[in-house]
Order: sequence, then C-alpha cells, then structure tokens
Amino acid sequence: MGLLNRLDDPIQGDGIILGTVEDLLNWGRSKSDWYLQFGLACCAIEFMALNAAHFDMMRFGAIPRTSPRQADFIIVSGTVTLKMADRIKTLYEQMSEPRYVMSMGSCANTGGPYWEHGYHVVKGVDRLIPVDVYVPGCPPRPEAFFEGLVKLQKMISTQAIFRKREKMSAEDLAALELRNKKIQEYNERAAQENIEFTNAKHVGYSRYSLDFLNKGEQS
Amino acid sequence: MTEKRIIDVDYSQVDTERMRINMGPQHPSTHGVLRLEVEVDGEIVTDVVPHIGYLHRCFEKACEKMSYPQVIPFIDRMDYIASMNNELPYVVGMEKLMGINVPDRIQLIRMAFAELNRIANHQLAVATFGLDAGAFTPFLYLFRDREMILNLFEKASGGRLLYNYFWIGGLMHDVPPTFKQECLNIISTVRKTNEEVMNLLIGNSIFIERTINVGILPADVAVNFGVSGPVLRGSGLNYDLRRSEPYLLYDKFDFDVVVGKGEMGTLGDCWDRNIVRMREMEESCKIIEQIIANFPDESSDVRALVPRRVKPPKGEIYSKAENPKGELGFYIVSDGTVNPYRMRARATSFVNLSVLPEISKGYMIADLIMILGSLDIVLGEIDR
Repeated sequence: MGLLNRLDDPIQGDGIILGTVEDLLNWGRSKSDWYLQFGLACCAIEFMALNAAHFDMMRFGAIPRTSPRQADFIIVSGTVTLKMADRIKTLYEQMSEPRYVMSMGSCANTGGPYWEHGYHVVKGVDRLIPVDVYVPGCPPRPEAFFEGLVKLQKMISTQAIFRKREKMSAEDLAALELRNKKIQEYNERAAQENIEFTNAKHVGYSRYSLDFLNKGEQS
Repeated sequence: MTEKRIIDVDYSQVDTERMRINMGPQHPSTHGVLRLEVEVDGEIVTDVVPHIGYLHRCFEKACEKMSYPQVIPFIDRMDYIASMNNELPYVVGMEKLMGINVPDRIQLIRMAFAELNRIANHQLAVATFGLDAGAFTPFLYLFRDREMILNLFEKASGGRLLYNYFWIGGLMHDVPPTFKQECLNIISTVRKTNEEVMNLLIGNSIFIERTINVGILPADVAVNFGVSGPVLRGSGLNYDLRRSEPYLLYDKFDFDVVVGKGEMGTLGDCWDRNIVRMREMEESCKIIEQIIANFPDESSDVRALVPRRVKPPKGEIYSKAENPKGELGFYIVSDGTVNPYRMRARATSFVNLSVLPEISKGYMIADLIMILGSLDIVLGEIDR
C-alpha cells in the first residue's frame, strides 16, 4: 500500500512514482503520526513497555507528545472515570484537525470489567469523543496494539482529501461516511451539552454526571 | 535534624508572589492520573495538595457483588505493576478463614512469583525514577529485562500484566517445565543489569546531586504517617513484614532487610529510598535462588485443594503482606454467603502518598517530581 512500493513497479519503476498529491500527503501523514500520551490505568504500563526497547513503537513513526496541540491522534489507554471525562474532552478539543482517537483496552472500549458495578466509570470513551480504532484486550498485548496502529495508518493513508466522492472505492467511502457521521454526532452533542452546561446553576455540576450511567443500564 | 537543601540564590532579594498551579492529572511525571495543586513562592514549593479520585473504579463496592474467586481479578487491577503480590494477602487470608492448608510446593511457587514480581516492580520504579531525572537509557535496559519476567508469568498464567494466578487453595496452573532454568536466567540477567544501572544511574554524580538531601523523610515522621515499604526502610527503619510477621515460608529463608543508611546525603532522602529498591532486587534474587534449590522436582495437582464453591464461615480477617510498595492488607468480612459482606483494602500507595505534602515543602518545583517519583505510587491502588 505504501507509496515507496511503487518504485519497484514494472511500469512506473526506475525511481519514478506516478500518483496524486493526495497520495503524497497521505503517505507523509500516515507514516509520522504523533500521539498524545494519555495513560490512565493498567494499559499505560503496557504502553510504557511498548515504548521501551523490546517493542520499540517509534519504528512505526509514532512519537509521544505531551501537548495536545502537537498531536495527530490521542490514545486513550485505561479506565475513563466521570471525574476524568471533562478533561478527556478538553484535551480532544485542543487537538488540531485532522485528529484521530485510538481506544486501548476493554475499559476504554466499553467499560471492561467495571461495566456492571462501576458507578464511577464511563462505559466506553466513545460516549465522550468519536473513536476511530478500538484495540481489545485487558490489557491488550503489544502485538494487538500494533495491529490497531497499522489499521489507523491504513485509514489515514486512504482518506480522501481532494478526491471526488464518485471516484472513491465503496470501502473507502463507507469508512469516510462512518467517520463523518461520528464527528457530526459528536459536534451536535457537544453543542447541546455546552448549552446545558452554561445554563446549569448547580455548583460542581459535571457535564457527564448521570447520563452515562443511565445509558449503561438501559442497554 | 533535617537539613534543607542549600539554595544559592537569595530569594529574599527576588520579588516573588505566591501562586497556585496545577500539575496533572495527565502529566506524565505524576505516575498516573494524580493532580497536584502546588502553591509556589517563586520556584519554591510552599504547599502541595494531592487531588485523587481520577481512577476510582469502585473496587470495594464491586467486591460486595462478586463471589470470592471473582474478586481476585479486581485485586489484580489495583496495583497493576505488582499483581502477583496483590493477590497474595487476599488469597492467604481467605485460606486462613476457610482453614485450608496449602502444600509447601504451592507456597514455594507463590513465593517465587511474588519475588519475581517484586523485581519487576522495582525495575519499573527505578526506571521511571531515572526517567523523571532525565536519564532515558536505564529505562530501556530495565524494561528489556522486565520482559523476561513478564514472559515467564505469561507462560504460567497467560497474562502479561494481570494474572489471576493465585487462587484460593492453590494456583491457576502448574509452573511451566522450564521454570527453574528461566528463574536462574532471570536472576543472572537482573544482577548483570543492576550492576550496569548502579554505575550508569545510581552512582552518576548528576543523579546523586539531583536526589541527595531532597525530600528528607525523618524516621519519626515516617512512623507517624504510617508509611511502609521502601519509603519507610529508606528512613533507616528495619521493618519488613516478611521478617517481622512472616507469612508463607519466609521465616525459613535467609535474606536481609535492606535499610537506608544515608550514604550520600541525609538519611531518608530520595537517593536512600531508591537504593533500597536496588538492593532489594538483590535480596529477592537470593530468595529465588534458595527456592530453586529447594524446589521439588515432581509436579503436583495445584488445583487439588481449590474449593468448588468458596463459602467461608461467618467471620472476619485482616490479612497483610509485604507488597513491593509496602504493607498491603485486606480486611474481609464474611457473613457466610458466597459474596463478601465487606471488603476493605489498606492501600500502600494511599498511605505513602499522604506523606508528600510533609516532605516536599521548601524544595524547588523540579524536586517535587523527584520526591513523587521516589515514593513510587500507583494510582490504581490509591483510588481503587
């Protein structure tokens, strides 16, 4: 899928690559994805192991950033609690577009082992911010995380920037539409919640107080 | 008694004002989701207020809804760096409550895994402490060796980080056939790397300058706050549950309790707490060597005594063990049903963190990071 693979192409070959500007941009974007460190719980320890000598995550071009303004995507690794919910959303909003979200581990995906009795646990970070890639596991094996990272890179590299929708493959179009839908839902909800938040008189009111618990019990 | 660090700049001449700043909860140096509300005067810390609760996962309440064996995976997720050690006090306490006597072989396996996990925990603690000080290389070396221990755990239990390996009355599986050889490999590698780290990090003059006479915890303050583990022993107090109130078979083994001596600076500073961890790794290696020497060759059914239905009699028990971070205790109240009536954890890190405001006043804000790193806290255990 890589752009450089085309150098060996029998037709193009000989150091010549034929392609669009979009290919070049996406190639650059997908191979140097900087992420925002957001270790929350057990998964963060596995995440440290990912960055250390044995697994060496930097070979994928993923470099940790401590500021959301420099990051391309955020990796939410661990249990998201109601107290943390506001902050996670603030960090996501501080990131510049295009931004992506990876959810690492069962807790960030669905609430994990705390799904049933965790009265203080948000049942999945996708209730707060739109998630692009979910990595299952408790905690995920480093290999599982790498698969998720490669999936995200693939997603970035096939994303449409200039292409017309009619010329896109059905698979890419479906992925794009799903992503757009998620982001639109997020924006609508965020606008609504902001209205509620500004209207709330109660001191210490959290945007994510009991909503998520009720949703968890209904489903 | 406690000599504060000498700061060359005369701050009385500098026009400063007090302000409150937030550190965390997503700051990488706070070792988790801890928020520190720091009051500073210029660059001098005048007050620290730790705000916790960002990782409250409802452990104690959830336990009341679980059956006794189901509690063990939740205990794993408390102090997720040393899961084996976490399971130990609970499992031992439950066995005492139910009157199960596990055979020596299982106890030896438990001890071996607990000590291996102690090494893994101290490796991570020293590595991240070095990282806070700006030393990245020891982090890579120590994590490389930590993988060996995690691989052995994975062969035994199937999990790299969270194991659910110690069961009430036995173990999940028997140890892998290569257990003895792998333990010996780990010990030799750990010793070799520790020697390197001692030269590279602990004996490094920059590191020494950074950590001595910082965050001095006098012995009387340590006792008053109830801290335990390397934080307490770093202040020169000889208190280790493995020696003072032995559980499993620790009384039959030969090892020393490492205490800080104030070799470089004042007794009870950050350097002392760190060197205790380094030397404890060596003591753990000694224990594992003795276990391997006495380890029976024939395998046994490790699930023979695991009760089919865990239903302890009415009663209550407080069971404690020496975690890598200190004393971890579980207070279990049973009402004779399959669920615990009440489960209370005496979390080590929670108690150890409480000493932070006391020992960090008067130091620079960069030293606060070192002090926090030397306490080696885990937020999963603090918030539960």
